[in-house]
Amino acid sequence: MTNFINTYLPNVVANWEGDNGFVVAIWQTLYMTFVSAIFAGIFGIILGILLVVTTDDGITPHKTFYNILDKLVNLFRSIPFVILLAVIGPFTKLVVGQTIGPKGALVPLIIGTAPFFARQVQLALVEVDHGVIEAAEAMGLSPMKIIFRVYLKEGLPELIRSGTFTTISLIGLTAMAGAVGGGGLGNMAIAVGYQRFENDVTIVSMIFILILVFVIQGIGDLLVRKLEH
Amino acid sequence: MVEKGGIIQLKNIDVTFHNEGKTIEAVKNVSINVNKGDIFGVIGYSGAGKSTLVRVINLLQKPTSGEVIVNDKSLTKLSVKDLRKERKNIGMIFQHFNLMRSLTVFGNVDFPLRDSKLSKQERKEKVDKLLKLVGLDDRANNYPSQLSGGQKQRVAIARALASDPEILISDEATSALDPKTTTEILKLLGRLNKELGITIVIITHEMDAIKQICNRVAVMEDGALIEEGDLLTIFGSPKKKLTKDFVDTSTQISSVLDEIKESGIAGSISGRLVELNYIGNVTNEPLVVGLYKKFDVEANILFSNIERLQGTTVGIMLFALTGDDDKVSEAIKYLNSLNVNVKEIDITESKEA
Repeated sequence: MTNFINTYLPNVVANWEGDNGFVVAIWQTLYMTFVSAIFAGIFGIILGILLVVTTDDGITPHKTFYNILDKLVNLFRSIPFVILLAVIGPFTKLVVGQTIGPKGALVPLIIGTAPFFARQVQLALVEVDHGVIEAAEAMGLSPMKIIFRVYLKEGLPELIRSGTFTTISLIGLTAMAGAVGGGGLGNMAIAVGYQRFENDVTIVSMIFILILVFVIQGIGDLLVRKLEH
Repeated sequence: MVEKGGIIQLKNIDVTFHNEGKTIEAVKNVSINVNKGDIFGVIGYSGAGKSTLVRVINLLQKPTSGEVIVNDKSLTKLSVKDLRKERKNIGMIFQHFNLMRSLTVFGNVDFPLRDSKLSKQERKEKVDKLLKLVGLDDRANNYPSQLSGGQKQRVAIARALASDPEILISDEATSALDPKTTTEILKLLGRLNKELGITIVIITHEMDAIKQICNRVAVMEDGALIEEGDLLTIFGSPKKKLTKDFVDTSTQISSVLDEIKESGIAGSISGRLVELNYIGNVTNEPLVVGLYKKFDVEANILFSNIERLQGTTVGIMLFALTGDDDKVSEAIKYLNSLNVNVKEIDITESKEA
């Protein structure tokens, strides 16, 4: 085994440890993925709920608010991620003090993902049976209670499904952010593997990312299966 | 039409929708008074505005104008918070049950109790009691997806009763169910009305459902209330065409008349065709024999439907009367004197539009 690795993946071995090695890169990717997933998740859920309840047949309709929020979400969703990285550079510096490294990637990752997830949340919650919402209103539940006890409870399987989906596309974004200075496996594949013609590094980076994707998909599917009746 | 002191009083309710420049008057100046303990039926075709009207009772639908008084409180004047409190006094069940898929039967019935002051143990006892009341105590841990339509509606009824409401609104609650299950659910509602004294408002497009349990009926057409009264009056002597259509569909006399007209046997029926409606004990009189003995008029019974509504007999019959023309007219007068409503039918005319 060791022999096989040394023969066919020489550059992977050479780049395994150290500040720019694989171990660090894997940690950086996990860090970028999960920290931004948590923040984008929170913002996305809040924005998604606001979109659902303020729409015309929502539980607290508000035309102006809905229209503004709806347009903003669309706007941010339309900016290509690579450009977003550059455009919000100064803002990123203001928030986390740096624009490079995994920490510098967090701000654009969150801003790039939250509106996308907000839309997913909106779609998931709109699917919740309107009759059940009406029944809850007829029982005298306040809008806050309807959000927590009906929308989030009934929409939970669909929310997890879109959360899984969003996290996976987020991994794609971390690779892109990595390539422009964020670090992580994306950086590894491009800066080391591609630009120095060390193809084994590129391939192994990809394999690690695929494993991450499969694990997240698997956990998501498992949760959904447990929750659906 | 509106007397004082009903548990539900709708006064001059208008509901108008504006949609893309078009104005739709869903409910037009409707006033209804439902007394405590009533099972009040609202019947009409789909689009007649009955769903919109009952939603006005708990203000799920805000009326464009008019006043809603429930339990002597004017709901239209309450704050949002007070309105929510009053809504707990009005249970509601729906055509599509509207249960939470993510909760068990127990969880669904417990759902409205989560804000109550009851302890966990008291809540459990209450849910168990309610499930027993609707006959589902053995399904507490099932999910709605594992239940039949009738069972789902029972869960919905138990849930609606959890906050001890004085009023139960049933919005087409039996329309998605088969006839046998419909009867079971209606019987359950009737039983709840007797045992708990709960006032029930039912909306439906089926006269059969109204017939089985309601004591009062309102008929709606195009957003307006066109006829209202107690069940026997509406059923025995409907005044408006639509009301009569509903009654006829229910007694099946309309399909018999259609059959006679379409089959072409009309020509072979001799004599004058009359439709008889009566309420009460006229049936004890031997009508057919009486007509023959007194007037020498033969009555050929083409159709007869007799039902017991609220413990009273309501009958509808179709006779072909043959005999001397003057005698037949006298016979009809005689029937009228017995409080039988007689209407001559011309079977050669085409069906009314």
